[in-house]
Amino acid sequence: MDRIITYAQAILEATEQCMAADSSVYIMGLGVPDPKGIFGTTLGLKEKFGDNRVCDMPVSENGMTGVAIGSAIVGMRPIMTHQRVDFMLLSLDQIINNAAKWHYMFGGKMKVPLTIRLLVGRGWGQGPQHSQSLQALFAHIPGLKVVMPATPYDAKGLMVAAVEDDNPVIYIEHRWLHGTFGYVPEEKYASTMGARLMRVGTDLTIVSSSLMTLEALKAANVLSEQGIEVELVDLRTIKPLDEKTVLDSIDKTGRLLVVDGAWQSFGVSAEIMAMVSEKAFDSLKCAPKRIAFADVPTPTSFALTNHYYPRAIDIVNTARKMLKMSEVTEEEAGICHQAPLDVPDLSFTGPF
Amino acid sequence: MTIWNKGKPIDMELKKKMYFDMLRIRMVEEAIAKHYSEQEMRCPVHLCIGQEAVAVGVCANLSKEDYVMSNHRSHGHYLAKGGNLKAMLAEIYGKATGCSKGKGGSMHLVDLSANFVGATPIVSSSIPVAVGLAFGTILKEKRSITAVFFGDAATEEGVFCESLNFASLKKLPIVFICENNFYSVYSPLFVRQPPERDNLSIVRAYGVAGEKGDGNDVLDVYTLAQRAIAHINQGLGPYYLQFDTYRWREHCGPNYDNDLGYRAEDEFTTWQGRCPIKHIEESLKNEGIISDSEVKEMVKRIHEEISEAFDFAKSSPFPDPKSAFAEVYA
Ligand SMILES: Cc1ncc(C[n+]2csc(CCOP(=O)(O)OP(=O)(O)O)c2C)c(N)n1
Repeated sequence: MDRIITYAQAILEATEQCMAADSSVYIMGLGVPDPKGIFGTTLGLKEKFGDNRVCDMPVSENGMTGVAIGSAIVGMRPIMTHQRVDFMLLSLDQIINNAAKWHYMFGGKMKVPLTIRLLVGRGWGQGPQHSQSLQALFAHIPGLKVVMPATPYDAKGLMVAAVEDDNPVIYIEHRWLHGTFGYVPEEKYASTMGARLMRVGTDLTIVSSSLMTLEALKAANVLSEQGIEVELVDLRTIKPLDEKTVLDSIDKTGRLLVVDGAWQSFGVSAEIMAMVSEKAFDSLKCAPKRIAFADVPTPTSFALTNHYYPRAIDIVNTARKMLKMSEVTEEEAGICHQAPLDVPDLSFTGPF
Repeated sequence: MTIWNKGKPIDMELKKKMYFDMLRIRMVEEAIAKHYSEQEMRCPVHLCIGQEAVAVGVCANLSKEDYVMSNHRSHGHYLAKGGNLKAMLAEIYGKATGCSKGKGGSMHLVDLSANFVGATPIVSSSIPVAVGLAFGTILKEKRSITAVFFGDAATEEGVFCESLNFASLKKLPIVFICENNFYSVYSPLFVRQPPERDNLSIVRAYGVAGEKGDGNDVLDVYTLAQRAIAHINQGLGPYYLQFDTYRWREHCGPNYDNDLGYRAEDEFTTWQGRCPIKHIEESLKNEGIISDSEVKEMVKRIHEEISEAFDFAKSSPFPDPKSAFAEVYA
């Protein structure tokens, strides 16, 4: 009953169930049918659905995105995958100029039900061109939806929701989440495109997404031991932004801390703070705070990435500061880091 | 008119030098593969073992003031162009003494003193930049040639054709070098390009001259690159070279990966049997240009250089954490 599978398996299962349920769903992307199957998320699909519906492609991201869009216009539901967010940047023209606008600019006569899976790389020397987190960039474009599941349950549910959505959906998965485990029902289900309360609390609202939700959860548990009850809102969907869930929580706690695994300036955290400041200013008991990446490209050397990515202790201390409490060390907080910040866990030994 | 005066005749010395350079690249790559499991080189590495002849045969035609750009599989190109081995290894080790100060890793090598202007791993994305280097040299009336290395997959990107177009339009002094190793990660050529496709027809349609050659025969590579440069010297503009060759190890990382089943074992062994280094070594020996003891001597010399470079890389300091936040703007 409580079936536990990995995030990667959840994506695979969602894809398989969507393809079985609807013959217009197909998946395309570099390496989709290869022996590694996009970190295990597409394994076995080719055997079940054949090479037309499970296809590799020329290394031509922009062109092939246009092809996917065209096929969507005539009734297909493509899922396009990219092993790194960064590779998809070549197709920004097709995504921003065509996919995002097609429905609107032709007076609602056509639709582009396209799902684009993007993997965020991190650590192990992924560096400036293999580890970008660009949710804000995509969320900025009207006509695109952006989802970022944090749990295996939502990895499946949001994949189904994305495929069934009649709009282009950018589905961003963090490479470090692929190996995480969680409860995932066997049947096909769609998660709603909105936020989820991961934890109920009274003192402070943390809004986060994707991998950062796991860090925030860790921090919330530590804070709870210190007498601070965090309400944790996992965004799940960056766009459309679930304002109500965030605002309801701020009503309750009066304190906002946004944690975003991406650059700070002009980013998702800025949007959430602006939204809360506009709509719930009077509920705020103190200035909102955010934790995000400094505005510099990701360095490669692990000696540098170790200081680049925020960790649970940063969340703990920012929260404590907001509550006028003094800082604590990792030891005092009882946070133990098993692995350096360039690997998801100790079993990881490279090279990718 | 600018004259690019390049191209040495293939004599004994040159053959020996090219053999040495290939051997050096091979030994460096094998040393990286050997040390990789120590978990100190914490970045992806794309080894060029099996493909050394293309880098060496092309770069042997270039002089210091010529520019080279490359992709993710750049160690060989970097070394063949005269890049600094110590700085390269230190970069792979993530050290402050690395050629990109630890900010780039194996996928972002640079050595401006050798005019190796950079390697970037986004497929095809360095190609137009290289065209820009060539355009810049024309505007500045410099006598440099630009060479850009890329794989078969890069010819599938639109920017490849856009680059050919502009290079041809402006008759730029650039050599496009496609190393066709038949795979893009685990995707063979036939799932990416129709069998009718002929890159020479494509480049010629853009007004770019081109030729195909044996990428495992360094003399063939050298001769064709020399021809390309002669063409440029006559002011006839860009040239495209495509060399068939083969990657022995996994796409990324130190191991062999034939067990995955994406390529046939006999295809692999056939190519391994055509080792570019063995190939030239045998012909040098047959011609009496080189002896076993000379080879031994070379191996010893390279071995010493490599172990010194690894010592340098391993003992170099890590960058100051603050440096991650510097150099965002010039
Ligand atoms: C735009 C882009 N798409 C996909 C990738 C992922 N990728 C990295 S290397 C590679 C294979 C490239 O093959 P090729 O250019 O033939 O060079 P090879 O690795 O065979 O030397 C791919 C697809 C990438 N780096 N950039």
